[in-house]
Amino acid sequence: MDVHTPRTLEEALRLKAELPEARFVQGGTDLLVELNFGRSRPEALVNLAELDELRGWSREDGELRLGAGLTYTEAMRPELAELFPALAEASRTVGSPQIRNRGTIGGNLGTASPAGDALPPLLVERARVELASVRGVRTLPLDEFLLGVKRNALEPDELVTSVRLAPSGGAQTFMKVGPRNAMVIAICSLAVVVDPEAGEVRASFGSAATTAQRITVPLAEAGSLPERVADAASPIDDVRATAVYRRHALRVLTGRAVERCLRS
Amino acid sequence: MSVTAPRATPRLGKVGERLLRDDAIPKVKGAFDYSSDLSAPGMLWGATLRSPHAHARILSIDLSRALARPGVHAVLTHADVPGRKTYGLEFSDQPVLAVDRVRYVGEPVAVVAADHPERARLALAAIEVEYEPLDPVVDMERALEQEPLHPDRPTMGHGYLDDPRPNVVRHLVIRHGDPESPGDVVVTGEYEVGIQDQAFLGPESGLAVPDGEGGVDIHVATQWLHVDRDQVAPCLALRPEQVRIHLAGVGGAFGGREDLSMQIHGALLALHTSRPVKMVYDREESFTGHVHRHPARMWCEHRATREGRITCVRMRILLDGGAYASSSTAVASNAASFAIGPYRVDNALLEATAVYTNNPPCGAMRGFGAVQTCFAGEAQIDRLAAELRIDPVELRLLNALEPGDSLPTGQVLTGALPTREVIRRASALPIPAEEALPRDPLRLPGGAGNTTHGEGVRRGVGFALGFKNICYSEGFDDLCTARVVLREDGSAVVHSAAAEVGQGVVGVMLQVARTELGTEDVTLAASATSSVGSAGSASASRMTWMAAGAVRDACRAALEERAKQGGGEVDVERVYRHPRTTPLDPETGQITGERAHVALAVAAMRVVVEVDVELGLTRVVWVGTAQDVGRAVNPLAVEGQIEGGTAQGLGLALMEELVTRDGAILNASFTDYLIPTALDMPPVDIELIEEPEPDAPYGAKGVGEPPTVVSTAAILSALRDATGRPLTRVPVRPDDIVFGPQA
Amino acid sequence: MRISLSVNGERREADLWGGESLLTMLRDTLELPGSKNACEQGECGSCSVLLDGELVCSCLVLAAQAEGHDVVTVEGLADGDELHPVQRAFVEAGAVQCGFCTPGLVVAVTDLLARTPHPSDDEIREALSGNLCRCTGYVKIFDAVHLAAERR
Repeated sequence: MDVHTPRTLEEALRLKAELPEARFVQGGTDLLVELNFGRSRPEALVNLAELDELRGWSREDGELRLGAGLTYTEAMRPELAELFPALAEASRTVGSPQIRNRGTIGGNLGTASPAGDALPPLLVERARVELASVRGVRTLPLDEFLLGVKRNALEPDELVTSVRLAPSGGAQTFMKVGPRNAMVIAICSLAVVVDPEAGEVRASFGSAATTAQRITVPLAEAGSLPERVADAASPIDDVRATAVYRRHALRVLTGRAVERCLRS
Repeated sequence: MSVTAPRATPRLGKVGERLLRDDAIPKVKGAFDYSSDLSAPGMLWGATLRSPHAHARILSIDLSRALARPGVHAVLTHADVPGRKTYGLEFSDQPVLAVDRVRYVGEPVAVVAADHPERARLALAAIEVEYEPLDPVVDMERALEQEPLHPDRPTMGHGYLDDPRPNVVRHLVIRHGDPESPGDVVVTGEYEVGIQDQAFLGPESGLAVPDGEGGVDIHVATQWLHVDRDQVAPCLALRPEQVRIHLAGVGGAFGGREDLSMQIHGALLALHTSRPVKMVYDREESFTGHVHRHPARMWCEHRATREGRITCVRMRILLDGGAYASSSTAVASNAASFAIGPYRVDNALLEATAVYTNNPPCGAMRGFGAVQTCFAGEAQIDRLAAELRIDPVELRLLNALEPGDSLPTGQVLTGALPTREVIRRASALPIPAEEALPRDPLRLPGGAGNTTHGEGVRRGVGFALGFKNICYSEGFDDLCTARVVLREDGSAVVHSAAAEVGQGVVGVMLQVARTELGTEDVTLAASATSSVGSAGSASASRMTWMAAGAVRDACRAALEERAKQGGGEVDVERVYRHPRTTPLDPETGQITGERAHVALAVAAMRVVVEVDVELGLTRVVWVGTAQDVGRAVNPLAVEGQIEGGTAQGLGLALMEELVTRDGAILNASFTDYLIPTALDMPPVDIELIEEPEPDAPYGAKGVGEPPTVVSTAAILSALRDATGRPLTRVPVRPDDIVFGPQA
Repeated sequence: MRISLSVNGERREADLWGGESLLTMLRDTLELPGSKNACEQGECGSCSVLLDGELVCSCLVLAAQAEGHDVVTVEGLADGDELHPVQRAFVEAGAVQCGFCTPGLVVAVTDLLARTPHPSDDEIREALSGNLCRCTGYVKIFDAVHLAAERR
């Protein structure tokens, strides 16, 4: 297994074009589990950790640009947390401090697990994903990027380079149900934003459908959101919880979230 | 070669002092050699091929592709086991490597040795095994009517009741007084316990080194060195002295290292290749590589007078032992023996049945049968209290078992058992006031998940009593050996095979030696079967008692010997035995001598929880406990046992369960088998109740198990108070709180 | 492949295979077994090290990613025979039982106190929530953190 460590984004994209079977590795919090347990043996790895282009976040023309290499720890820091509180709250629920120091937004998108904690906040803020390859750059709305359980719209030669969104400035929150009080994979999760400018309330949930989804209702109908969310969910029974519980919990969470946001 | 260094310090105090551990220093530096840290020149890596089927016939095994792979030095099957093909802690019913049949998912089928772990892993993948899957026996009730998994009935003929039903490992009935005796009030209940795992952090691992003369040295993390040796040697067709077991650093045990893991496999590979062989399980393999706590179903009926005297208890207990016997017979006995709890009850019918199934094998785990029945029995006491409208603490005081009373086996309590004192002290501990809102979500149910800011949260307070035996029971000829060398310069070396598994027995032995010898200059030699006789197992809350007795006796004998010689170096070995026990009558479950149990211990716990009743999420706010410890040899270590034991009971109450489907474990990882984190554990207020045990050295009872026995029951009591739900199954799932039946 | 990195202030080189974790390299190649192998999927914290000063699970870092970087393991904390204050606090608070989680916890607490010299109870619990301990129930570990903080 070869490991390539490109020093520029351009070099990384060229490598991936030449080695379509190679896997990208940034924080390693998903990939290393597969490697450690012998579940996958890709022929090559492309290490993204040295690429400055993927780091950090910035504001460009009123938009927020989150680098794919933005870690959860970075997303929790006050300056960004103020602009995007739901992402900061979601980041606080990701794994442990050790995982938050390594895991990245880009990794969450690349893995595309329905339990990805960053996905509901990004969805409610109508994020767009920037994908790059030697062929060029394209942008997809996040809901079009997510295709199914651990499936996304990435072509074999593409890399997620950033996520862009226009912060709504609305009151928002994130909640996650787990069977213990820290370090859990979501039984279900929820992000809600009340967007007065758009005159709507948006919700997105995780771990209760094949992909994270967004539900939008007019502000005046905020009270209907819990039922709308519960109806939109198509959860399953698994080792973590029952489908019936997941749907119920989403209904409860949404009610609480809407109240929290409207009150604040 | 790097092995566990001799553990030494000249700076320990005497019995009863609050002391720091000497082994903590290498441990905090990362310099302590655990079994997974060992290496030797020329070492190979061993790996184990395990069955993917819960029940199957093996039609063929083809090793040729595996043997042809680069770096592979050996691929072995049952045909390569030179001696006895089976082993077992108490009954030799478990194949070293599967012969013609596999009985659980994860059963070892073949082992390989290669020059790199990755090459060993690839060699495993190249072994071709043809299986014919058979219907698995996976339900513990149906097992009693299905095809026998062990038609030779390996546990029969050992003095237990002969039960002709298929798949019975042991059926035990304790009949006490008149089991038909009525009561003014009757409460019934059915309870269930899921499979808990010891989940020690140090995975099974070890290093086997051939000695060049046909024998082998095995460096391994274990709980009982000599019983390992006695199981390993016959399978290798070696004499016991040709197999030397050395204690490597143990990363936790909790019962899960009583049974063998890699010992025979590693030795087979080492002897076959004439090279040292290291084996380290990964976490997933660890979950199939050791026995678990028995899952249980329990049917209970408690009868009492209007005034609250319990007149009769009837309980039927079914335990799933999984594919092999391990210690199921003793677990069944404990489950029945302590089913009533520390209460004086004159009439009882207690039946415990352990069965074979194709589920993961179950055996010893901290609390050993008493955990399951305490959960059910204490729920029944709370129900009785509610029915009688008597305060639950008062009801417990009213029925408290005290010295002079009889156990349901007819054994009269002669030792210390301060049940009433323990109840009074625990119930008098002040509970914390309810904290105002808003709070950081970390201090609310759901924790970091930010699920509530106070919505749906209700507080509950619970109480329970736990009860368990100390030391082995039922006529087991239990002993512990210690050897003391007094040098001319006045220093002393203590040799003992007592396994330090984290509990601190090394400190206990040094404290005892210092107390007896009157010198600080005492060191402990490394534990090995070659240098001293058996210490017995670091199990059953017995190690402190037994090792203290052995070291005390050896020290006293050494001093006498030196006085007799008039000086010079002396080297004496002494064997300590606790008061003898005798078996239970197989027909009645009554004692056949003075006692079946050596001693008993009781613990009481008061718990405050908060529950988000709309989401079914919980937070244990506070735990207060009073425990009967006889005498605390080292109060700091005793507190550590109580806090840690409480955490394991909390895990069983709220989150820990191995989930199986058709015999296969679905959550063999720390991602899905959840144990409590720093955010799940409450503060613990502890009262040590010191009433010396007359039969125990220095009056010290073992302390490791009672907190685990009582905490699950106490937390459930608090959860019921908060939710109004009966919560008859542990671990409690959010579903049960939200959708469970009303009480 | 061969990489070069700084471990505990020393320049080290290691041969490794591409899929190897930093943990495996530290333990098996660099003979630094202090970082522990309890879960190898980032769920227990026993393998915690500082990578360029940041707390990480070394089991989830690709060894090759450490090329040219700076790693501090539990073996790098003590000053010869003189224990690091956090190590001393763990010994003195009775926070060590089997000790398998201890190296990772010592590194995590060192990191916490470097960022937050006087942490609250909540800050301690949250900072250590990624380090599982099966023996102690954490109570004496919290005591150790307070003890180490008081002595700073």
